[in-house]
Amino acid sequence: MNKIWLIITREFSTRVKSKAFLLGTFLAPLAMVAFFALIGFVMSRGSDEQRNIAVYDKNDLLKGAIESTDNINLDISSKSFADLVKDYEEKKIDGIIEIPESINENENRFQITYHSDDQLAIDESLIVGNRIEDRIRDYKVKSLGLDLEKIDKLSTYVSLAPKTIIEKDKKISSMTNIVGSVMGGVIGYAMFMIIIFYGGQVMRSVMEEKVNRIIEVLISSVKPYQLMMGKIIGVGSVGLLQISIWVLLLALLAPLSSMFIGAETTSSLTDVAGVSPEDMQAAMSEGQEKMVQVMQELRNLNWAVLIPMSIIYFLGGYFAYASLFAALGSAVGEDINEAQTLMLPIMMPLMLAVYIAFSAVQAPNTSLVVWSSIIPLLSSVVMPVRLPASPPVWEVILSVVLLIAFCFFFVWLAGRIYRVGILMYGKKASFRELAKWVFFKG
Amino acid sequence: MIRYSLPIFGNNEIQHMPILSLDNVVKRYHNHTAVDHVTFNVEKGSIFGLLGPNGAGKTSLIRIITTITGADEGRILLDGEPLSSFSPAQIGYLPEERGLYKKMKVGEQLLYLAQLKGMTKKDARDSLFAWLEKFDIKDWWGKKVDELSKGMQQKIQFISTVCHNPKLLILDEPFSGLDPINTNLIKDEIYELNKNGTSIIFSTHRMEQVEQICEDIVLMNKGKVILEGRVDALQERFKENKFRIGFKGNLDRELTSDSFEVLSDSEDDLIISVKEGHDSNELLRELMDRGHDIISYNEILPTLNEIFIKQVDGQSDE
Repeated sequence: MNKIWLIITREFSTRVKSKAFLLGTFLAPLAMVAFFALIGFVMSRGSDEQRNIAVYDKNDLLKGAIESTDNINLDISSKSFADLVKDYEEKKIDGIIEIPESINENENRFQITYHSDDQLAIDESLIVGNRIEDRIRDYKVKSLGLDLEKIDKLSTYVSLAPKTIIEKDKKISSMTNIVGSVMGGVIGYAMFMIIIFYGGQVMRSVMEEKVNRIIEVLISSVKPYQLMMGKIIGVGSVGLLQISIWVLLLALLAPLSSMFIGAETTSSLTDVAGVSPEDMQAAMSEGQEKMVQVMQELRNLNWAVLIPMSIIYFLGGYFAYASLFAALGSAVGEDINEAQTLMLPIMMPLMLAVYIAFSAVQAPNTSLVVWSSIIPLLSSVVMPVRLPASPPVWEVILSVVLLIAFCFFFVWLAGRIYRVGILMYGKKASFRELAKWVFFKG
Repeated sequence: MIRYSLPIFGNNEIQHMPILSLDNVVKRYHNHTAVDHVTFNVEKGSIFGLLGPNGAGKTSLIRIITTITGADEGRILLDGEPLSSFSPAQIGYLPEERGLYKKMKVGEQLLYLAQLKGMTKKDARDSLFAWLEKFDIKDWWGKKVDELSKGMQQKIQFISTVCHNPKLLILDEPFSGLDPINTNLIKDEIYELNKNGTSIIFSTHRMEQVEQICEDIVLMNKGKVILEGRVDALQERFKENKFRIGFKGNLDRELTSDSFEVLSDSEDDLIISVKEGHDSNELLRELMDRGHDIISYNEILPTLNEIFIKQVDGQSDE
């Protein structure tokens, strides 16, 4: 036991003290935030060029009114088309929009010609199209003799507000399901990333000891099984430490970033949809209201169950996969290509689990999802997605029991392969070979 | 734990209780027998040679003694007790394939390896400082291993093998990859450790190294022990009554006799084999009678290499 502790300590401290750990722990989240901010920035900015576009409206169908946007100056011109072309040639304008000579009220689709040698960007042409749509709508309202106020009364928006019948204490809102399953999805995906990342580290660590041949000195002092377990626990502890730091950072940074992102999205919304300032105000307050609701729902989630269960599923999944990775690392040694070939069958259940987890975000109770949340190797990624939706207790218990049982089985299996693999050089590892090693005597 | 007050086998002499006793040890891998009923004793305080060509089963046997693997059959006693989880602390093992953590600092690494052998951190530190001082490399403590040259790494590896004061030291090809200066340095350390009571098993396929260093040897081939005993006794046993005779002046090149035969001759010496039923005195007398001016006279003892080749050839004839 004392020796396992020594091994855990070494694996832990050499990693935590390394520059890579510091960079990965503190710079990676910052880089991630910066990356998303950059994406948001790029998306919201669009083109920074100022365009002047003349609108040629021969029969004055738009009644001389069209709104410009920040970047696009739309100007209804009284000049003749030929003069406008001349203006274009003299580079006074960037293009000409030609409104048709007449508008058929029965027509729902219009193709408006934009004369220019340069194309508009996709978002630009959407915005310009929106502006023209509004004008044509006005035209139709008028020529059909409709009442604009009455028409506005036609638009309706319905949302379902859930209310419990028996469980009166349970607080729910329209956001409950979405917030719960999205949160579950985040946990499930995080599981997948963590298992791959730290499982991979266990594998590399095993390969390193085999390749630099220190392994023979080590296992003349400790049992291979102790070495493998020490390694898995040591790397896993680094993982837990790193995740804890990230969660802490997230809790600190989240309020900041949500303000930032919220502002970005509303401003891009006004740009694209051409929402009026009042609408924007409304959208803002609606967005804030939603935000408050989401926060409320996040607080309502049963964290007292969710956190310990997530840890159980993390540990179960991590030990099972990390020990398989350790077994692989012991079998291959130097050849990283060979390692990748052998990794594929281990990665497959993991990838499958992630896809099922994504489908579980939308529908947490399909039979595929239910069964995958019980089957070991899949359950540690899939079950966390279902947990916020409070699945039946027997399913959770069965799932945990199987998780733990198979976790021990995989550790045992990997230990059998590992003890033979680490001393085996120059032999091409195949699954048939590995299966044989399991049955070798000590 | 079972304690044996007397060795179960061997000569039953308490004074000569072996540090290591192997009794019919067998190790089979799926398609061959790597160690085939091997029996021998390593006396306390001796330097013992474990010899054999590559693939003879030396490493398999060492891995059993160092508890890396287990024997399928047979019994092994280390200082009178069966191998257990306490054994690694009493054994120092320098494997043929050397290796250290490249990114770890020398000091941390040595401390780690010593603690894995069961030392406390304080004892480990004291012992390591003493060794580093001895090799005059104390300032390496904070250096990373991959900053050191290969010869320097070998020294670190040697220290990690001996710093926990093992009763039994197992060195597998200890001089491979060492330059002559470091070879001598390590050789001196081996002698000194031995003088202070450490028993040493020296495994190699380089037989000429063993002749100088070892007292007792075991010769393995294809998993079996084919020869064992003291080096001088083996040489005595396998000698072929050959003599090298140095002389001055002219010698009758066409020397013939009933008692001996000339095997080869050169400018100033002759190699002569004495025929069965005759002894070397007869040879000398005969040569002197003929008036030759003899200045040196040596018996040629067979090298272990020759003995080994002869034995292996003999075996394959069977």
